[in-house]
Amino acid sequence: MTDATFVHGHGDPYHLHGGRPQEGPASKRIVTGYGFWIFLLSDIVMFSCFFAAYAVLQGQTAGGPKGSELFDLKSVAAETAFLLLSSFTCGLAMIAADVRSLRWYQIGMAVTCLFGLGFLALEGREFADLVGRGAGPTRSAFLSAFFTLVGCHGMHVSAGILWLLTMMAQVFAKGFRADIMRRLLCFALFWHALDIIWVAIFSVVYLFGSAA
Amino acid sequence: MLGKLTWAAIPFDQPIPLTVGAGVLVVLLAVIAWVVIAGHLPYLWREWITSVDHKRIGVMYCLLALVMLLRGGSDAIMMRAQQAIAFHSQGYLPPEHYNQIFSAHGTIMIFFVGMPFVIGLMNFVVPLQLGVRDVAFPTLNSVGFWLTATGALLVNISLVVGEFARTGWLPYPPLSELTYSPGVGVDYYLWSLEISGVGTLVAGINLVTTVLKLRTKGMTYLRMPVFCWTTLAANLLIIAAFPILTATLAMLILDRYLGFHFFTNEAGGNVMMFMNLIWAWGHPEVYILVLPAFGIYSEIVPAFSGKPLFGYRSMVMATMAICIISFCVWLHHFFTMGAGPNVNAIFGIASMIIAVPTGVKIYNWLFTMYGGRIRFATPMMWSVGFMVTFIIGGLTGVLVAVPPADFLLHNSMFLIAHFHNVIIGGVLFGAFAGYTYWFPKAFGFRLHEGWGKAGFWFTLTGFYLTFFPLYAAGFLGMTRRMQHYDVAEWRPWMIAAGVGMVLLSIGVLSQVVQLVVSIRDRNSVSLRDVTGDPWDGRSLEWSTASPPPVFNFAVLPDVEGEDAYWKIKSRAREQGLLRREPEYRDIEMPRNSPTGFVCAFFATIMGFALIWHIWWMVALGGVGAFATFVAFAWRDHDEYVIPAAEVARIDRANREARLAALRARSAA
Ligand code: HEM
Ligand SMILES: [Cu+2]
Repeated sequence: MTDATFVHGHGDPYHLHGGRPQEGPASKRIVTGYGFWIFLLSDIVMFSCFFAAYAVLQGQTAGGPKGSELFDLKSVAAETAFLLLSSFTCGLAMIAADVRSLRWYQIGMAVTCLFGLGFLALEGREFADLVGRGAGPTRSAFLSAFFTLVGCHGMHVSAGILWLLTMMAQVFAKGFRADIMRRLLCFALFWHALDIIWVAIFSVVYLFGSAA
Repeated sequence: MLGKLTWAAIPFDQPIPLTVGAGVLVVLLAVIAWVVIAGHLPYLWREWITSVDHKRIGVMYCLLALVMLLRGGSDAIMMRAQQAIAFHSQGYLPPEHYNQIFSAHGTIMIFFVGMPFVIGLMNFVVPLQLGVRDVAFPTLNSVGFWLTATGALLVNISLVVGEFARTGWLPYPPLSELTYSPGVGVDYYLWSLEISGVGTLVAGINLVTTVLKLRTKGMTYLRMPVFCWTTLAANLLIIAAFPILTATLAMLILDRYLGFHFFTNEAGGNVMMFMNLIWAWGHPEVYILVLPAFGIYSEIVPAFSGKPLFGYRSMVMATMAICIISFCVWLHHFFTMGAGPNVNAIFGIASMIIAVPTGVKIYNWLFTMYGGRIRFATPMMWSVGFMVTFIIGGLTGVLVAVPPADFLLHNSMFLIAHFHNVIIGGVLFGAFAGYTYWFPKAFGFRLHEGWGKAGFWFTLTGFYLTFFPLYAAGFLGMTRRMQHYDVAEWRPWMIAAGVGMVLLSIGVLSQVVQLVVSIRDRNSVSLRDVTGDPWDGRSLEWSTASPPPVFNFAVLPDVEGEDAYWKIKSRAREQGLLRREPEYRDIEMPRNSPTGFVCAFFATIMGFALIWHIWWMVALGGVGAFATFVAFAWRDHDEYVIPAAEVARIDRANREARLAALRARSAA
């Protein structure tokens, strides 16, 4: 996105137009984006705890099923495809917002939402299936860690969809205002970060887990 | 309908918590009634509750800390009294009650006294020192504060509705699992910390972004006051460490609520994982508390020695070194839990290494004082008291960091003495120093010196008398958390500690009196701060009026070196003139918002409902919080304009006061 899109309006309370730090406080867009990056880092720290717990408890099946007996890689591959595609359409929606194309923005967001819901549906089906087979989170420490790690990501996606719908409504009601553009920037960062975490889950949990 | 909540939750059979709770409730209701009847409610709502001004929020954080200090202090008095009495007897507190008290005491002192106090001071001071008008995220700042208050409120509700945890300030499993702690106590602990933890994280993100992205012209990194550096370091630690706490407590919540097996004895759960995770947060946490305090001393010592800080760059290096090393020592909290000699040795050595940058700092403060013209005002007294006390605490820390020694001292009274030695001598003294130092900046008048010094001396002697006997008791084999005991050798030390507690309480009381007296005499010549620079300070917060206008600076200052304000002031003194009057412009400031308060309201409902398993109320709270955010996002005007004429009027008044002071000075 170009700088020009964000710096106009009341985005620059100090009348300094961004610039390097020793030239004074940064513009609102930079501050918002920067703060959100830091939030994402803290979120990743939280996920790394769940990853660590999973790594520690992976072998603790308490006589119950192992990952390789449970995971259905085809379904997981479809989930991955949905999520990656949603990131792509999210990117398209942001480009549309950048050129102020309301229609393409809304279409892009709507498709992103559908992919996100598709992902959640597949994940929900997987969880329901596991619980149905007696492999719910209370079965063993391994499954507790599995459901928590993957479920935490799923909750993030759900929250993301709620946020996405709010952003669609906001742009619909108020247009591409500077503050709304800043929020969109954060939303896009959030959505892409979920992708990165999913790639880690896909590799660490599903790929390694199926091999073992 | 109301989950697990029944009349049985109110402890009618236990007079102590009930009377205390009732007393607090009465006082609270009286205050609210007074506020409403006297017509202060609109003022409070407009100027404080919905304020997004970093100065107001900082003050509210400190106020929360002071109030909770009284609550945590009452717990301390009760425990010291119990241990002084309970020799060959049950004392006056039954075990299940005693256990709740030490758990609540630790939780409150760390999370609702230490944390809000340092966060409050950082919030208030840092934007002023950086020469800017606000923090990076003003509304979120308010959300963070109110969520912290929610956590504190929930802990206090547990006094009368239900019970608090009996598991210590860190709920080690398996004791904290449902099997062994079936009551709601641990749930109160978990939810209040999950909620206030979010608040702390928000504060951390906000302050890091502020320091890194909002600095006035010319305020390069190596010109920032050291307090800004320690703020940066402490808040980086918050960002890296608090998510670990959130995740760890979430796992325990899942164990307790949904029957997961993270830390249980059955089905492959792993208790040591809890130890590692909680201390991977816990050790950085102690530095989150003490680094800002180090920053406070680094402001006060130069100001009252009339010299620039000795070794500024080494101070910065030491700060960042501590920031990093504090993440590499967590295992020293459980040397005894089977890690093996090699691992223990590595973590023991890493722990001792932390003492090196800390030592660098101590020497820097001493050399700053060396050859200076020292004024022993109250903030400086706290700082010197800190240096002496903290060195001892650090030394005993190094002692317990030697694994073989720790096998003897772990979980003994010696450990209790160690961490009170560093936390009271480091964090609390620092908070008090900062409170007296910046109080005139916040309110426009100084605190009474006589009462302040009385408070200092009682607290200092009280501290030594209370906690040094605990070192001795530890050497005699007394373990922590004892409700009663039968060993005669320990008795004298417990009585001494009890007497010390009396002195400590007088110290705290003196500071309460100090506040009252100072408010009463606020317009007297000796207390009133007319210029905005009552201590002859060196950094930018002293270049604006006391209390500062909402916008902090009429024109953002230009910084040309370290000790930014000192340079400006020296030039003015040489020339006998202020700087030329700047060209005033309109200023845009963020508008007030009830978002934080409303959000915390729903968070309180949600937390309470989760503790008592009232699921419909949980949903209600969740929907309410989301609706609040959407409503906030929907508003159209988030800023208001202060016209240039108004800015000029405010700034000129302060310039006149400063000019008068300058003239008086050159006349003298
Ligand atoms: C050179 C500096 C320090 C060293 C080497 C050190 C070392 C240690 C060690 C080894 C323990 C564990 C002892 C045991 O459980 O047997 C410990 C406990 C503790 N330390 Fe320190 N420490 C240092 C500074 C600090 C500071 C600055 C603070 C706080 C501001 C602090 C707060 C604590 C607390 C709260 C505990 C006890 C936690 C508990 O078990 O409940 N320490 N310290
Ligand atoms: Cu430690």
